[in-house]
Amino acid sequence: MTVAIETRALDVFYGDFQAVYGINFHIEHGETIAIIGANGAGKSSFLKALSGMVAAKPEQIILDGQGVGGRPAYDMVKLGVALVPEGRRLFPSLTVEENLLMGARGRTVDRGWTLETVCELFPILKERRHQIAPTLSGGQQQMVAIGRALMSNPSVLLCDEVSLGLSPAAVKSVYLAIDEIKKRGTTIVLVEQDLNTALSAADRVYCFMEGRVSLEGRPSELSKTDIHKAYFGT
Amino acid sequence: MAMDLLNTILQGVLLGGLYALYAAGLSLIFGVMRLINLAHGDFIVLSAFVLLAMATGFGLSLPFALLIALPFVFAFGWGLQRILLNRTLGDDILLPLLVTFGLSIIIQNGLLLGFSADSRKLALGPIEAASVSLGDFTLGLIPLITFISAVLLIGGLSVLFYGTRLGRTLRATSDSAEIVQIVGVNPRHVFAVAMGLSFVVLTIAAFFMGVRSNFDPSLGPARLLYAFEAVVIGGLGSLWGTLAGGIVLGVAQAVGGRINPEWQILAGHLVFLAVILIRPRGLFPKQ
Repeated sequence: MTVAIETRALDVFYGDFQAVYGINFHIEHGETIAIIGANGAGKSSFLKALSGMVAAKPEQIILDGQGVGGRPAYDMVKLGVALVPEGRRLFPSLTVEENLLMGARGRTVDRGWTLETVCELFPILKERRHQIAPTLSGGQQQMVAIGRALMSNPSVLLCDEVSLGLSPAAVKSVYLAIDEIKKRGTTIVLVEQDLNTALSAADRVYCFMEGRVSLEGRPSELSKTDIHKAYFGT
Repeated sequence: MAMDLLNTILQGVLLGGLYALYAAGLSLIFGVMRLINLAHGDFIVLSAFVLLAMATGFGLSLPFALLIALPFVFAFGWGLQRILLNRTLGDDILLPLLVTFGLSIIIQNGLLLGFSADSRKLALGPIEAASVSLGDFTLGLIPLITFISAVLLIGGLSVLFYGTRLGRTLRATSDSAEIVQIVGVNPRHVFAVAMGLSFVVLTIAAFFMGVRSNFDPSLGPARLLYAFEAVVIGGLGSLWGTLAGGIVLGVAQAVGGRINPEWQILAGHLVFLAVILIRPRGLFPKQ
């Protein structure tokens, strides 16, 4: 397999504040990686850098062999990197269908995701397509957020805390969909606080602590003690 | 007596059409990018002078001059946003206010230099005096055309906003200029398109302003005030609300003026204050 996206000594700054320190990371095509870690460990900042929402140096983010760090988010999605942002962040005055169609603005290649195939993945959205986004339940909104990102037909899907604030049943259906997306060959990066969900969905795991990678490996190879130590530092 | 009052209200409604035209462009850019363009009224006056210059300089008929000007004013608005106003948008809401206030002063003084303080008018000929009878009422043709144009223009903008891909993008950008970026949209480009549209609308408003009444370089701030009042009465960011706001303002001025000519402008401001007190979010607030 070949590397889809890679970071080399990636730093992320917000003004003078540094959130991420020199992260080396790679994900291969078709792989699913979970990034775990406590609050404030730098997971979301890392994902924002990958998606172009915060600045990075060109050589710090490599996509299919090209340095793309610092490209704005509207370019990154056209290069095939789509983000499902934390908190879902739908367009509140737009209907479900309009939210999904907005996702298609970033589309440059066809990987089979259309309004129809997204609604096959999440049948409830077809029924709700004319409702405005805020009238949906949290789980359904999360489906729209994932669907919106898929509409750009990404090669790499970045998911920031997709289980946050959802009922266990909703988390289950969201992760069933992520399994399905994975089966279709999409490369997936999950940022997830729910350890068990993350470990069961991922091929490999990175644990972040205080803006640095504290552990990396396959879930089957990592002991609970290792993870506990990497997660909490004790 | 009752017929008289009804006639006054009708004239006020037609005047409201002009105010809605002033306001629609202001409402549009506030809705999309939360930018308050303090030079909006001065751009209306500037556009009226441009139409005047095109008509007198090249001998064009005014409606034809307007048609020719529209693509150019769209490009001008687009460029103004890309080159200048996009740089002022950010966390500090004071910056765009200061910059557009500066533009307002530059335009007023530039017009004084170029055209002097003399009062001008866009002359359309005999049509200006034409009227149509509607039962017991007589309506000026130009005020009627102004009102119909306002309804058509706001209807057209509604279709654009709710029925096209561009409109969807404008609404999504209005919801979140940050999040549209992750679906592949550069919000700065969208802002520029919105400003271009605003300039098209304000130039149409300038045409009707210049045909209906005299104008001089100092009139901009008062046009801005009427536009503001119409937008706030109607509800910020709501297009049809802007038409309603314009009508409320026009009727208030007409009725006030009928009671006492000195009260015309004051009555409009008082109704504006009353709406602010009773319904601070306007008559038709955006959800």
